[in-house]
Amino acid sequence: MVPKQKSEGTPLKIVLQNISLQVGVVQLQIDTTLSGPSTGIFGPSGAGKTSLLEIITGLKKPASAFIQVGDRIMTNTSKHFHLPVQHRNIGYVPQDLALFPHLSVRKNLAYGQQSTPENQPTIAWEHVIEVLEIGDLLERGTTSLSGGEKQRVAFARALMASPRLLILDEPLSSLDETLKEKIVAYLTKIRNEFSIPMLYVSHNPEEIKCLCDEVVHLSQGKIIFQGSPAELLTRKISKFNPR
Amino acid sequence: MTAELWQITWFTIAVSALSTALILPLGIPLAWLLARKDWRGKSLVETLVALPLVLPPVATGLILLKLLGRRGPIGGFLENSLGLQIVFTWKAVVIAIAVMSFPLLVRSARIAFEEVSPRLENVARTLGAGPVRVFFSITLPLAARGVFAGSILAFARALGEFGATILVAGNIPGKTSTLSLSIYNEIQLGHDDQAFALLGISVLLAFGAVWFSEWCLNKNRKALR
Repeated sequence: MVPKQKSEGTPLKIVLQNISLQVGVVQLQIDTTLSGPSTGIFGPSGAGKTSLLEIITGLKKPASAFIQVGDRIMTNTSKHFHLPVQHRNIGYVPQDLALFPHLSVRKNLAYGQQSTPENQPTIAWEHVIEVLEIGDLLERGTTSLSGGEKQRVAFARALMASPRLLILDEPLSSLDETLKEKIVAYLTKIRNEFSIPMLYVSHNPEEIKCLCDEVVHLSQGKIIFQGSPAELLTRKISKFNPR
Repeated sequence: MTAELWQITWFTIAVSALSTALILPLGIPLAWLLARKDWRGKSLVETLVALPLVLPPVATGLILLKLLGRRGPIGGFLENSLGLQIVFTWKAVVIAIAVMSFPLLVRSARIAFEEVSPRLENVARTLGAGPVRVFFSITLPLAARGVFAGSILAFARALGEFGATILVAGNIPGKTSTLSLSIYNEIQLGHDDQAFALLGISVLLAFGAVWFSEWCLNKNRKALR
């Protein structure tokens, strides 16, 4: 893993108040404030991580919630307010990346960039291409890309929309160790170059330690720990090696 | 080919193409609604749409005749308010084959929409696209093959429709006779040569439609690679 550098992301308060939603057998119950700039969401499968992300992006409607990202209220169920997904300006890279298979890499990237007429783009096309080193891939179809190339294109597409918050759902889970290291290096570059606050979901504490400033540990839909990634790692080690 | 054969062939192609063009703007949104949304009365609409597939075509024709006839609720209204007569005209042929081929289009398009991953649509939304843009830039292009195959299927079904058409449009040579109605006519009159000529044209048209659809689908597959 690449050693952690000082995070350059802009601190952005994310208020997640009174979030409640039944997801299968798990009752998601979250009440916290994240101050990032890069926050890891850690927990085993079925802990409710993806559901929480989908609530923040607006893709899932919670039973109750007050969600504010920076100065923008996203959801306030007590006032029946739910900002539509397309107006939230939250970049989301799902686990399966969801690259548009019928569009070339260039058109995938342009999709996000074209879609923000109300927001002045703060991120330049060339900058993203350069940082993620995808200049040679632009004319290719997405189905012919390797795993690592697909990851970089998915990150780039999310960045092109100049999001106020970037959410990455287990971006490394399907990659082998060598590729993981490479992608972590790219993620570090993204964090340092674009100053976008990040929510980074993973069930690997090492990854979180590399990339995040704070971490929230979810279990059975509830937060059981919130603090620094180093503390999380210590807790995990002491749990597995009890004295 | 005689002038009469040409007339029957072109008439059949024209009414089939027109009926397919008419059901597309209705069938595609309905297929999308059935694939993506839950709403009250959905099961009822699903059943109604599928009904022409399972009812005897003559029974569907009889229902249409009662609805579109001069004394029927729709036919009576159209005749009284617009002076429009439907039954036993080419318009009745178009309506009969449209109703009969509609379920085939909706079924294929619905399956095609269901196969498009909602995750792709969700990501498009997070990238700032509203519902209309998501539909036209992601859902429809990815479902295009299925929608297209459904349209060809509907067109091919329209080419061969017999039972509903004969009831609601009659079999008037030069006016409402399609290929299948004419084949029946010629056999009844003992004109086997004419019947076989019409049969040959029917086979050619059906073959051409399916071949064209396969060719387009292969082209689309190559483009997606």
